[in-house]
Amino acid sequence: MGQTRKIALTVNGKRYEEEVEVRVTLADFIRHQLGLTGTHLGCEHGVCGACTILMDGRSARACLMLAVQADGHDFLTVEGIAPSPDKLHPLQQAFHENHGLQCGFCTPGMLTTLLEFLRDNPDPTEREVRIAISGNLCRCTGYQNIVISALDAAKRLQAEAEQKA
Amino acid sequence: MKPPPFSYHDPKTVAEVVGLLSTLENAKLLAGGQSLMPMLNFRYVQPDHIIDLNRVEGLSYIRETPDGMEVGAMTRQRDLEFSELVARRFPLMHEAIQSIGHRQTRNRGTIGGSLCHLDPSAELVSCAMTLDAVVVVAGPAGQREIAFKDFPVGYLTSAVEPNEVLTAIRFSAWPAKHGYAFVEFARRHGDFAIVSAATLLQVDDAGRIMRAAVTLGGMGTGPVRASELEVALTGHAPDVEFLRQACESCRRFEAFDDVHAPASYRQHLATVMSRRALEKAYARATGKA
Repeated sequence: MGQTRKIALTVNGKRYEEEVEVRVTLADFIRHQLGLTGTHLGCEHGVCGACTILMDGRSARACLMLAVQADGHDFLTVEGIAPSPDKLHPLQQAFHENHGLQCGFCTPGMLTTLLEFLRDNPDPTEREVRIAISGNLCRCTGYQNIVISALDAAKRLQAEAEQKA
Repeated sequence: MKPPPFSYHDPKTVAEVVGLLSTLENAKLLAGGQSLMPMLNFRYVQPDHIIDLNRVEGLSYIRETPDGMEVGAMTRQRDLEFSELVARRFPLMHEAIQSIGHRQTRNRGTIGGSLCHLDPSAELVSCAMTLDAVVVVAGPAGQREIAFKDFPVGYLTSAVEPNEVLTAIRFSAWPAKHGYAFVEFARRHGDFAIVSAATLLQVDDAGRIMRAAVTLGGMGTGPVRASELEVALTGHAPDVEFLRQACESCRRFEAFDDVHAPASYRQHLATVMSRRALEKAYARATGKA
């Protein structure tokens, strides 16, 4: 084992203090050390988008960061999206109902990417959705149902926001 | 697909960075990591030391100056993308940033990292070349400035010395009503451009081009200014046919062959991308777009 460092970070609202090897990527750290295997690894060089996580609310590729850089930051992975173990987030519900996934490999990255996107663009056009997910590769769906899910999720989230207001 | 072993350093000041660069052998600076991390994962690079710039204070800012702006080297591409100042005074950069990777990579990627990595088709490299940016670097002897035309010295190689670190980039804005356009040819949105063209035009009331800047990206080892084309445009109020003929000179640039395209295709694209960019820029400069 090479050089190690102690880091403290928050993932899905839970605080962790861990010793990490400095060359380990954030993606491997999340999967192997924290056991959160919902974050998937496809290409490991920043092209496929499967490992997308939110860092301090902004989407990032977990394979293009070192775990040691995560010290002091706040993360959200796919495991932290649902409000409770028996209730899906409106975005997840939209994917569920619109057949927005087939094998599910790209789904964690799609969800985290769209979570940030729909927060910044609550009422997007189809084209804007397609550009937003252009950095996430899916080999099953042909993207059609993912786009439909995202547009449906935008409606659900807006309805939810109106209800609260 | 894992980085090779290295020692990790996370200095807090530029002085510490320079100190580390002067004492460590085979060290690499880590900025946003959107190019270096893939290269580490592939083990294309095997540094003994990684010097992480993400905790260095005072390197992330966009500051308006009397003639334009100064940008800190660690400013994220996302912050440039959503900057009102960039949109208002540097619309070329605002347009070009839309083509850099994806939201996830722009959230992390930095302007300084992009310029130092110096991919020949990188959008910010083309912008800096077109805008005649000035790069500020810090080294053991203090600060020095490098004009961007002298910045690329080879493929993926900048004029920054091994014991220096880029700290800021200065841009002079063009007059308020200048024309601009960034166009690129890529197979998919967010891919590296096979060829790109960045253009700026200043046009007088009669529609004559007073000043032109055209940069071609993705052709060879670095970005190139199409100086012959710039001269040919100056003084003319071009129509479509004039632009088409003038842009033929872009075919003469040296270009490389790779899996994406043969050199002759890149040279063909250079004529097409430069013409499309100039048409768009001219229409914008004359209020027709």
